[in-house]
This record gives sequence, C-alpha cells and structure tokens, in this order.
Amino acid sequence: MGEPDTAEPDGARRVASEARDRVRFEEEALALADQVYRVARRFVSTREEAEDLVQDTYARAFRSWQSYTPGTNLRAWLLRILTNLNVDRGRRIQRRPDETPLEENDYYLANKMVASGGEQVLDQDRVVERLSQDSIVNALADIPHDFRDVVVLVDIGEFSYADAAQILDIPMGTVMSRLHRGRRLLKAQLADEAVQ
Amino acid sequence: MSRDDCGKCERLLQGYLDRELTAQEVAEAEEHLDGCDYCRRRYRFEVSLRQYVQTTAVERMPAGLMDRLSQLRSAGA
Repeated sequence: MGEPDTAEPDGARRVASEARDRVRFEEEALALADQVYRVARRFVSTREEAEDLVQDTYARAFRSWQSYTPGTNLRAWLLRILTNLNVDRGRRIQRRPDETPLEENDYYLANKMVASGGEQVLDQDRVVERLSQDSIVNALADIPHDFRDVVVLVDIGEFSYADAAQILDIPMGTVMSRLHRGRRLLKAQLADEAVQ
Repeated sequence: MSRDDCGKCERLLQGYLDRELTAQEVAEAEEHLDGCDYCRRRYRFEVSLRQYVQTTAVERMPAGLMDRLSQLRSAGA
C-alpha cells in the first residue's frame, strides 16, 4: 500500500512546480508589456486598438503558456501571438482603397525618390531634423502593411531578421527584401514631407 | 572605387546597419565605407533616420494597461 503514499507527494510536487513555472512565466511576460505595446501601437491606427490588441495577446499567452518553450525568445513568442491576432481581426492599418496596386505604388515612390529627392535626402541630415514626430508616424502608417510590419519589428521592436521571420512566418530573405523596400518607401514619404 | 563595389556595399549596408553580418562581411563593409564617401554619407543618413524613427515613433504603454494585464493572470499576483 505504499504506492499512494509516494505517488501523492510526487503529484503535489508536480502541481506546485507547475504553479511556480506559471507564475514565473506570467511575471516574465508582464515585464515585456511595454516593449510589446510599442510594436502593437505601430501595427494599428489608434491607442485604443493597440491596448485591446495587447490585452488579447496577454489573455491568449496566459492561457497557452505551456506551449512556450522556456529559454527561447519570449518577446518574439508574444509578438507572434499578437501578429496572428492582428491579422485574424483585420485590424491592421489598411491602405486607402483608392491607392494604386502595391508594386506600382512602390516603384512609383521609389523612382520618384531617386529622380528627385534621393540624392538630396542622402546628403542632408537636416531633412531628418525638419521632420516632426507626426510625419514619421504618418509615413509609417502610409507604407503597405507587409513592408511596415517588418520595419516596425526591426526598427522599433529591435528584433533580429531571424526573429522577425519567425514572428511573421515568412522566410528570412523576404524579411530582408521587405525591410529594404519598406525603408525605401519610408524615406520617399519622408522626403515628400520634408520638401513640402 | 568601382561601381561594382558600390553595388556590393548596397547589399551589405542594410545588414551592417542591423548588425546582421558575419565578421568577414563586417570587415568588407567597413573597408568599403572607409574608402567611399558616397556610401559613408548614405550610411550616416540611414543611422540618423533609424535613430529618429526609434525616438519619435515609440510610444510608452498607457498608464493603467499594466493593471489590466495583471488582472488577466490566472496564477494570481
């Protein structure tokens, strides 16, 4: 009859250990909330949407905490949840419906930048000084979301290419090319604002 | 400096900016930047733009959100 005596303390230990792991997970996740919010804020249009998105992310993270592998990048894991929720809900800042198709628009802006402002922008740090906080935020919001998501993750979230690839579930080469084009688009938008 | 070098640097510049290059690529990029005024100006601009984006487009978490997140904890505070 020794079995229940030894099994029960083992079970109790396991439960207690799991509870500790869970508390630790929740504390580590909460410590990253401000960094998660920063990225969320640039993924959606309003502060309210960003707050909702972060809350929904944490609700799901706390429910499925056991699917997180300790020792891996928790911030990237949280952002993966957030990105999926955001895509599911179609809350991403949408491009205006009257905009030209992606490729055409991208090339148009890029060509315009090279033709007019490109060299000037490159040579003048002053361009950056002339920009307001609004102009950066607006320029980011105007970039097609596929490109913006990568720029936000790498430049604001300070994620590596590998992490960004994992979060967005795209190949690393795609991260690099979208980042390149996204930044180019950002510069084109900012060059427009700076000369206005 | 040849056009080829600049094309190569164009490819290396992004990875250099994001600290994603191997040690050998870093050495190549730096060697080129040392000798190419155009790429050096470009790189400086990219750095300043990125810093500007980081300082202006970052919004801190609103007060109160942390409390609401803490309430979602299932294990209790």
